[in-house]
Amino acid sequence: MTEYEAVIGIETHVELQTNSKMFCGCAVDFNAEANTVVCPVCLALPGALPVPNASAIDGILSIGAALSCELVEHSLFHRKNYFYPDLPKNYQISQYDVPLCADGHIDIVADGEPFRIGITRVHMEEDTGKSTHIGDDGRIRAASHSLLDFNRAGVPLVEIVTEPDIRTAEQARVYGAELQMIVRTLGVSDARLEEGSMRFDVNVSLRPVGQEEFGTRTEVKNVNSLRSMYRAIEFEIARQTEVLDSGGTIVQETRHWNEDSQRTTSMRSKEDSEDYRYFQEPDLLPLHIDAAWSARVYAAIPELPAIRRSRYLETGIDMVTAGVMVADAGLGELFDAAVASGADPKQAANWITGEVVANLRRTERQLADLPLSAEHLTQLDEMVSAGSLSATAAKDVLGGVMDGEGSPEQVAQSRDLLQISDTGALTTEVNTVLADNEDAVDKMRSGDMKPLGFLVGQVMKATGGKADPRMVSELIRNSVKE
Amino acid sequence: MSDLADLSITSAHELLDSGETSSSELLDAVLKRAGITESHLHAYLTIDKAGAAEAAARADERIAAGDGAQMTGIPIALKDNMVTKGVETTCSSKILSGWIPPYDGTAVSRLKEVDAVTVGKTNLDEFAMGSSTENSAYGVTRNPWDTERVPGGSSGGSAAVVAAGSAFAALGSDTGGSVRQPAALCGVVGLKPTYGLVSRYGLIAFASSLDQIGPITRSVEDAVVVLEAIAGHDVMDATSYRGAVPDFRAGLSAGVAGLRVGVAAELLRDDMQPEVLAATRKMVDQLSDAGAAVRQVSLPSVEYALSAYYLIAPAEASANLARFDGVRYGLRVDGETTEEMMARTRAEGFGPEVIRRILLGTYALSAGYYDAFYGQAQRVRTLVRRDFAAAYENVDVLVSPTSPTTAFSVGEKSTDPIAMYYSDVCTIPSNLSGDPAISVPIGLDDAGLPIGFQVMAPSLGEPVLFQAAAEIERLADFTARPRLATSEVT
Amino acid sequence: MPVEIDIAKVAKLARLALNDEQLASYGEQLGAILEHAERVQAMATDDVEPTSHPLAMTNSFRADVVIPSLDRDEVLSQAPDSVEGQFAVPRILE
Repeated sequence: MTEYEAVIGIETHVELQTNSKMFCGCAVDFNAEANTVVCPVCLALPGALPVPNASAIDGILSIGAALSCELVEHSLFHRKNYFYPDLPKNYQISQYDVPLCADGHIDIVADGEPFRIGITRVHMEEDTGKSTHIGDDGRIRAASHSLLDFNRAGVPLVEIVTEPDIRTAEQARVYGAELQMIVRTLGVSDARLEEGSMRFDVNVSLRPVGQEEFGTRTEVKNVNSLRSMYRAIEFEIARQTEVLDSGGTIVQETRHWNEDSQRTTSMRSKEDSEDYRYFQEPDLLPLHIDAAWSARVYAAIPELPAIRRSRYLETGIDMVTAGVMVADAGLGELFDAAVASGADPKQAANWITGEVVANLRRTERQLADLPLSAEHLTQLDEMVSAGSLSATAAKDVLGGVMDGEGSPEQVAQSRDLLQISDTGALTTEVNTVLADNEDAVDKMRSGDMKPLGFLVGQVMKATGGKADPRMVSELIRNSVKE
Repeated sequence: MSDLADLSITSAHELLDSGETSSSELLDAVLKRAGITESHLHAYLTIDKAGAAEAAARADERIAAGDGAQMTGIPIALKDNMVTKGVETTCSSKILSGWIPPYDGTAVSRLKEVDAVTVGKTNLDEFAMGSSTENSAYGVTRNPWDTERVPGGSSGGSAAVVAAGSAFAALGSDTGGSVRQPAALCGVVGLKPTYGLVSRYGLIAFASSLDQIGPITRSVEDAVVVLEAIAGHDVMDATSYRGAVPDFRAGLSAGVAGLRVGVAAELLRDDMQPEVLAATRKMVDQLSDAGAAVRQVSLPSVEYALSAYYLIAPAEASANLARFDGVRYGLRVDGETTEEMMARTRAEGFGPEVIRRILLGTYALSAGYYDAFYGQAQRVRTLVRRDFAAAYENVDVLVSPTSPTTAFSVGEKSTDPIAMYYSDVCTIPSNLSGDPAISVPIGLDDAGLPIGFQVMAPSLGEPVLFQAAAEIERLADFTARPRLATSEVT
Repeated sequence: MPVEIDIAKVAKLARLALNDEQLASYGEQLGAILEHAERVQAMATDDVEPTSHPLAMTNSFRADVVIPSLDRDEVLSQAPDSVEGQFAVPRILE
């Protein structure tokens, strides 16, 4: 049997969350009633003209910069001509031979191996409307019809195209996750796969290991989650392997990932591929991104996930914990603030990725809705270090803080969880217990340490469990030595 | 010529200002004239009597309040490829039949802002594709000088109403000569401003990189007045010129003494109508006598301009007209599937000339032919611009005939697209270069049909363009009026 | 020489449902027009940059500000067919 290697390239579409659409002043609003955020421009009424949204250009440039692309000084909009009812002008304003960003890369770690994926280009375009298909038994009409809503038409859309550098489904999944994090970190899109504000088209082909030349590829659409992308690629690799092994040839085509059956099915053959008749958009002027504009873009780039991740790893926290705080910017910010105000990184990270995440999940709240501040975490950490709170009690206190019961001090007080870590107070209790148990003290003085546990227990009992057991143990040892 | 309908805008404005007449009276005069001429011309597709009467009443109030601008209260007509809120806009195409737009184009709204009075919408070659106004889904418009002849096109309706006195002025659009050529054939003034000077927002696109709205008027100064009302940057048009609008009046009475006037042999060709050539040469001599420095210049690439234009304009049009698909507005011819519905709607909704150009443009852009046709045409465009730039190093303006012939007969060229395309041979270069150009009537041919004289200037050279045009108007002293515009006809 | 073109393919790209007779007629007309248009190829212009646009300007943008949209009823009143606030069309082939 021939051994095959997969060659995978990914085209990602990201909807930018600007206030208004790409070429008109209609709001970007995905919750509006059908056809209520439309105007002459995005409905392609006769005579209407597009004017580009400056913020969208800033948005795409920040994505390009984050992906180490060259920000192209002179670029152009083109018309991509094809007829489809959800495309009001029957051409899409896009970019062709000179995109705004080109030749970048992204570094990821997949299957434990660092890996670099080339970014061919990042270009600006506009989204289409949405069509709903009403079947013969549809609720609206007896006859088979389709309905069109143009609210989404003209929403700024960024397309990010990789080189065919990806070799495994896991690499593809990690790439998708990393790209999603980058886009969210930049604050240009919520990049929700399930809602379509981030969408992947995956090109997959196989070639015998060692062969330079690429095999025939298929393009898989409709992968609406990172897990779907992983499974769709695995399926496609298996399917193509089977075809090739049985002496068949791969048909260049678009395939649809079916979530229910967990397989790809053929949509249309690319042989009859559209002739898009690209030409420079005469309604728009060329784009000129000068040095000052580029500098502005670079200056506004926040700390990117890769950098944040390595910074976290340097504090000694583990890869998984770091990953959770990189993936969720809010958690990361809370962590950074807690550490900045003096909390121990490991302790803070454990609370944030443990109790805090669990609480958010359980109460279905957003981090911003929690009455928890970085200072609270720092205070909690100080209390534990000072011995006035046990590790177990600290988790209880944190729960109380998140439930709105006040600061860690207040919660510890009101829930009566403070440890007695005042040496003077404890020494009195210890001395009383030692005086009452001379036998045990004698045993220890003769070198038998067994009664220590018993003595500590007696002190804990006498203090109602609020003594710091480590400190009690320490005090008993010291007294016995004297 | 005592009829109010025959006044220039500037004269009418004076009468309005002094209270000697009212906008409502001007409108009545124009509507009365239209009542006589329209059955002969069919220049208007829509006359909006109610809307016009309201606008005239508003204008009269404004004038009474002492707040009137030059265009306030002046009855004007709009080519029916300009979008008018609440008033049917068809582009003379079946595919837009019955379309009531929900918005106004920028040029339209600027005229509304000064309370100019829109009388109605004028006929054109469907989607502005043509040079005779015969390619209209709603019937042919005829020339007021001879109703057996075409008014030119594509703004034939606009030129005809201005010549006939059924509007004081009209807006046309000029993609390859569609304002200037009909103005020439109807004996009126037609201006194509510098590309970008007038917003295209609300002008139904034919070829976006060539289209420009321009006025058709009965005098050069009237053209200035209309242009002043509509020119200037518009945020709704990304290709709108952002700089300050030049002072169009700067040279209006300066004469041509010392002005360097260029004559290009390539635009004075032996295959042109002899009377047109003779009238053109005579005007060049008159300019020289008036003190202009006449120089021969060479524009070698304009020979290829027509060919380049007939690739570039259809290519852009093929995409611009893709939106007419039976989904959101206008005509729908049903089909089993949406794909079929679209294809049927388009085949039945567009006329033959439009289909011809859509096919031509689609072909010129398609894989394997782009470089040989569209790409090469754009290179020719570069050469045309270079030729003009070189010429303007030595001259201030260029002159030529506007059209190689005077008005031709209805049906004469309608079966021969290539002969029809040749009508625009002198006007197309300015669209390719983006420069301004104007047509001024200078005389009549042996059949009594008007001859237009074209002046061209570099981009934003409107002041010098108007300077030359105003002097040409004085030298030509063209006072003839079409028979239809006189009281002889009822 | 008139230019030979695959007119049926061009009509399909342009979404025009033309019958065979129309196709033949347009094919012939286009062939003749293209014969003239081919003159552009005669110019030695390899070293000449194409001009797409007469303006030398760049960067015309709009501030990211929302302006009111159109009234839906007004928009749909112009539609050949609409259902429950949406444009209705015959079924769309995938």
